[in-house]
Amino acid sequence: MKLAFDILTIFFVSAGALFFLAGTVGLIRFPDPLTRLHALTKVDNLGLGLVVLGLLPQATGLFGALKLVAIWLLVQLSGAIVTQLIAGTVRHHGPHG
Amino acid sequence: MTSFLVAAAAFVLTMVTLGLFVILRRWAEVDHMMVAQLLGTGGVAILLLLAAATEAPPIVDVALLLALFAAFAAVAFVRSASSSEQEVRETASGG
Amino acid sequence: MTILSAFDIGLVVLILAVGAATIAKRDAFAAVIGYVVYGLLLAIAWVRLSAVDVALTEAAIGGGMTGMLLLGAVARLRLAKGSDARPSFPVRFAAAALSALVAAGLAIAVLSPPEAIPTLAPMVMENLAQSGLGNPVAGVLFVYRALDTLLEKVVLILALVGVWSLAPDSVWGGIPGLRVYAPPSSTLTFLAQLLPPVGIVVAIYMCWIGAKEPGGAFQGGTVLAAMWLLVMIAGLKSVPSISQRWLRLLVVVGPVIFLAIGISGMVLANAFLAYPPGYAKPLIVAVEFALTLSIGVALGLLAAGPPERVQPQ
Repeated sequence: MKLAFDILTIFFVSAGALFFLAGTVGLIRFPDPLTRLHALTKVDNLGLGLVVLGLLPQATGLFGALKLVAIWLLVQLSGAIVTQLIAGTVRHHGPHG
Repeated sequence: MTSFLVAAAAFVLTMVTLGLFVILRRWAEVDHMMVAQLLGTGGVAILLLLAAATEAPPIVDVALLLALFAAFAAVAFVRSASSSEQEVRETASGG
Repeated sequence: MTILSAFDIGLVVLILAVGAATIAKRDAFAAVIGYVVYGLLLAIAWVRLSAVDVALTEAAIGGGMTGMLLLGAVARLRLAKGSDARPSFPVRFAAAALSALVAAGLAIAVLSPPEAIPTLAPMVMENLAQSGLGNPVAGVLFVYRALDTLLEKVVLILALVGVWSLAPDSVWGGIPGLRVYAPPSSTLTFLAQLLPPVGIVVAIYMCWIGAKEPGGAFQGGTVLAAMWLLVMIAGLKSVPSISQRWLRLLVVVGPVIFLAIGISGMVLANAFLAYPPGYAKPLIVAVEFALTLSIGVALGLLAAGPPERVQPQ
C-alpha cells in the first residue's frame, strides 16, 4: 500500500514539476504580457494542482488532505480572478505600461 | 521519498528563480505585477513539498497564508497602477 | 552535500539577488514589488530555520501589509514631489554605509556566539505543560514574557495615533484617504466577495490554533486587516471615519482585556500578568481573540492612512 502511494506521489509531483517548467518556459519565451500572464497562471496553477494531488497520499489524515485541497482551491480561484485584474491593467496601460 | 520531495521543491525553486529573473528584468509595470501570481503558485508548491518532506504539518499553514497574501499583494499592485494612471490623467488635464 | 542544503543555498542566493535587485531599481513602484517578493521569500527561509510562527508573520506582514503601506507611501510621495526624484549622492551613500554597518554588526553577533549559548529554551519546554499550552512561542508570548506582548500591542496603538496625527487640524477625526480601485470593476468586486469569508475563517483558525501549533493573534489579526482593506479597496464598504466609537473601541478592546486580566492576576495569582492555576489556557485564548480583533482593526487603519476629508454632515 505504501509503495503504491509513493509511486503515485512520485508520478504526480513529477508531472506537476514538468508543468512548472513549461510555465516558466512560456514566461521566458512569449512575446507579449498577456500571453506571458496566460502561461504563468494557467500552467503554474495546473502544476500546483498536480503537486497537491501527488501530496494527498502523503498527507496526515483526512484533515491534512482536506487542507491541501482547500489551499489548491483558494489558489485556483484567487489566481483566476487576479489574472483578470492584471489583464485589465494591461488593457488600460497598453502592453508597455 | 524525502529526498525526492526536496528535489522537487528545489526544482520548483529554480523555476521560480528563473521566472523572477525574467519578470524583474523587464521594465513594464504590468510585468512586475505578475510576480504575485508566480509566488502565489510556485511559493505555495515549494512550501507544500517542504511540509511533506520534513513531515511538519504547520508549514502547510504558511502556504495557506502565502496564497492569501499573494492575492492581496496583487490587488494592492493593481490598485496602485490604476490610481497612478488616474493621477497622471488628472494632472495632465490641469487638475 | 544533501539536497536540502543545496535547496537552502539556492534560496539564500535568490533572496540576496532579489534584495540587490530591489535596491538597484530606479522606479519606486518596482522597488516595492521587489520588497514584497523579498518578504514572501523570507517566509520560506524562516520555515527552513524551523521558525514557523515567524514564517507566518513574515508572509502576512512582509508580504501583504508592508507592501500595501509602502505603495501608499509611494503614491503620496509622487503627489507631493511630482516625480520620482532621487535623493542626492551623499544621502544615498550615508544610507548605504549605515545599512552595511548594521548588517555587519548583526552578522558578527549571530555568527560568533559565546561558548556556552545562554538559552532558556529547555526550561520553557519543561514548564510549558503547566500552562496548558502546546506552542512554546505562545508560552513565551503570553506566559513568560506577557509584559512584552502587552507593551507591543500598546505600541501598535501609539503608531496608529502617530499616523493619525499626520492629518491637518481641519480634518482631524475624519475619513482616512485610502485610495480605492478607481474604475468600477466587477472582477474586483467578485474577489472582495469571495475572499473575505475565507479570510475570516483562516483568521479564526490562526488565532485558535496558536495555543497548540504555530499561529496566534498577530497572524490572525493581519489576515483580518487584509480582508477589511480588500473590501474597502473594492468599494464594497466605505472607509469609516476614525472618530466612530465602534472603531476606537475595537482598537483598544484587545490591550484593555489583556491589561484587565493582568491586573486581576495581581489579586488572583499574586503577580501582575500571572494566571490562576488551571485557568491559564482559557484566559490566554480569550486574550488572543480580543487581540486578533484589535490588531485587525489597528493594522487596517494603519494602512488606510491619516484622515483626509471630513464626514459630510
